[in-house]
Amino acid sequence: MIPEIGQFALTLALMTAVVQGILPIWGAARNNAVWMRSATPTAALQCILIAIAFGALMRSFVVSDFTVVNVVENSHSLKPMLFKVAGTWGSHEGSLLLWTLILAVFGAAVALLGQNIPTSLKARTLSVQAWISTGFLSFMLFTSNPFDRIFPAPLDGNDLNPLLQDVGLAMHPPLLYIGYVGFSIVFSFAVAALIEGRVDPAWARWVRPWTLAAWVALTGGIALGSWWAYYELGWGGWWFWDPVENVSFMPWLLGTALLHSAVVTEKRGAFKSWTILLAILTFSLSLLGTFIVRSGLLTSVHAFAVDPERGAYILGLLVLSIGGSLTLYAIRAPKMDPGGLFAPVSREGGLLINNLLLALATATVLFGTLYPLFLEAITGDKISVGPPFFNASFIPIMLPLVIVMGVGPFLSWKRADLPGVFDRLKWVIFITLISLLVVWYMQTKGPALAVLAMAIAVWLLLATLREWSLRIKLGQVSFSESRDRLRRVPRSSHGMTLAHAGLAVCIFGFVGSSAWKSEEVLFVEPGTQIEIAGFDVTFEGTERVQGPNYVAAVGVLRVMRNGRDVTVLRPERRTYPVAQSQTTEAAIRSTPAGDLYASITEPANEDATGKWTLRILYEPLVGLVWLGSLMLVLGGLTSLTDRRLRVGSPKRKTPVATAPIAGE
Amino acid sequence: MMTLKKRRRIQVIVLAFVALGIATVLIGYALQDGINYFRSPTQVTEAPPPPTEKFRIGGLVTENSIRTVGDASVAFSVTDGNATVPVVYVGMLPDLFEEGQGMIGLGSLVNGTFQATEILAKHDENYMPAEVIEALEAQGVYQGGRQETEIGAGNDS
Repeated sequence: MIPEIGQFALTLALMTAVVQGILPIWGAARNNAVWMRSATPTAALQCILIAIAFGALMRSFVVSDFTVVNVVENSHSLKPMLFKVAGTWGSHEGSLLLWTLILAVFGAAVALLGQNIPTSLKARTLSVQAWISTGFLSFMLFTSNPFDRIFPAPLDGNDLNPLLQDVGLAMHPPLLYIGYVGFSIVFSFAVAALIEGRVDPAWARWVRPWTLAAWVALTGGIALGSWWAYYELGWGGWWFWDPVENVSFMPWLLGTALLHSAVVTEKRGAFKSWTILLAILTFSLSLLGTFIVRSGLLTSVHAFAVDPERGAYILGLLVLSIGGSLTLYAIRAPKMDPGGLFAPVSREGGLLINNLLLALATATVLFGTLYPLFLEAITGDKISVGPPFFNASFIPIMLPLVIVMGVGPFLSWKRADLPGVFDRLKWVIFITLISLLVVWYMQTKGPALAVLAMAIAVWLLLATLREWSLRIKLGQVSFSESRDRLRRVPRSSHGMTLAHAGLAVCIFGFVGSSAWKSEEVLFVEPGTQIEIAGFDVTFEGTERVQGPNYVAAVGVLRVMRNGRDVTVLRPERRTYPVAQSQTTEAAIRSTPAGDLYASITEPANEDATGKWTLRILYEPLVGLVWLGSLMLVLGGLTSLTDRRLRVGSPKRKTPVATAPIAGE
Repeated sequence: MMTLKKRRRIQVIVLAFVALGIATVLIGYALQDGINYFRSPTQVTEAPPPPTEKFRIGGLVTENSIRTVGDASVAFSVTDGNATVPVVYVGMLPDLFEEGQGMIGLGSLVNGTFQATEILAKHDENYMPAEVIEALEAQGVYQGGRQETEIGAGNDS
């Protein structure tokens, strides 16, 4: 009964979305206020209906209703409750439902919170949002129904993969989706602005909080996923340039560009058509990411052939949304007012370089991710594009960007005084050069690029802090006046400082943990001693530990340094008898200087009884990867609380009623 | 005023093209050693790639072939039913690595032995790497069946 209610709610939601997709936008074209205002109740109703459907599916998972195919395939009665709940979005169908739910929540949020957005823009935005919704709801109902029943119902579910039963992994998709889908609102705003034919600073202000919210969620989602890979997979890596990672990283890169170009549109009225284009492309990449991962397209182009109906639908949706919005863009964008002029050396110029480099970086990642697919489709050759490709193409684009990032916030709008900026930065430049020499001297091994990247991160961190201290006149005026200034500086500017510093901290982590890591893999017996990165590690044997639904062999590793006890590491090898699978639980000793990371497995054959394969790593500074990510997220959140950016706070100065294209 | 506007616009376009050119060069350069071909054991035996080339090999782990070598290496062989290639790997095998199961390794062929730097096993119970399925199908060993769920690759046999 409950699944049928879900199914029914989903169908009603589709109807509502169709109405919401037609009536308000038609009303906007005919200047009919009642039709335009219908966007708000329909958006709210759609959200409620999808929430009911989602609730119904979640209930089926919670009570393990094995008459539902989706539950059978993705759950098991013995799963802990948290993972039953998380199973709701674990499958293709469930994740689509979650996606659509977030889409509807965002739509309802714009409808209810965006009080000050002009009625026509709001109506058009919500209609566009409803088109996306219609696409997804119909895709779900026609090809991927989460409520399909099975008869006779099996006694228990199929899925009990312990590797995926992890809090980090359970929370990772929702955050990632909030990020992906958050960009849908920006997309809808962009398309609505194109239809309306005007983009102005007020538009950029309405869009910015949504961009920022999506960006924060996406940053958090990516960081959480990489953290999960780090501690759960037992490899000690946090980023593999895996296609699944890349498709979430591309919207992030482009979203970051969008965040910055929207600032120019807001403050200077320039970069308008570029901001619109970025909004369209960012969401297009989000769509691509969702579909590519969910369709299994990345494992092979042949996955399409397996389910042609689904494949065709996906392709159709992508072509319609991306192609349609870009066509609209091509027609409308040339008529847009290019906005204020600026000298090459100016804040605008700096942000232009930011956007150019971020777009190029996205292009290289996109190329590396899709190239194998194209090659296989055309020549039949099966290749994979590995980390060496991305390291050689992505990093050289990002390093100049980080250098410019240090200077950018010092530049004034329109025309900046570069010698003056360098004068204010002379100490920063001096310290950066010193640190370059120090890192170079300390580090005999490791690539030269790593030394350079380290110095660039020092540069970014110091330049960011310098800009912040100048802003509050730290040391120039009395401390209490500085504190007063600290309070008066807009939150968004504190947010920028925090996020830029966060990126610098991240880079320390990226470089330290990848360029200077030490790794040992060997067979160990009780008593075996290993020396790694100044630590003396003794393997003392294993203990059997009985867990709630697993048996674990726990390795005991005594870690000493200079003859003194440091810690005991206890990596686990868990065997789940019901699921007939095993997992590796790494033991990690984290310090600010670096992580000592150990994992064990049994050797794969019997002639090595009593021996264990031990993998032990020392990764310098790896903790900074997540500290920096946290700073990025907090920076975004700080910026989001800026009074000037509150959703819908700014009012448009000029009347909106008749809005011709603001041509030249 | 108009001319300055135009000039700025041209400057931006030139800059964009220069950047695009640099990116293209970078991509071309990165492609030289950034991509790895996939080869089945049969292809490797018929036309062994030079030891300088990194590639991926995939197939089933031969039954009773896993041995430990020295103080850290694992040796086993990988087969597609027709040809078998010995593999040596230093490192920890993934959780789902088993004899008779699918695997993919990244590495190079040195003196007839595949020296792996990375080993991937099927990443859940239902899923077999698509390349492995095709390599097996090419030798007529693989008959679809239990791999349809979830990703659903390769049940068109």
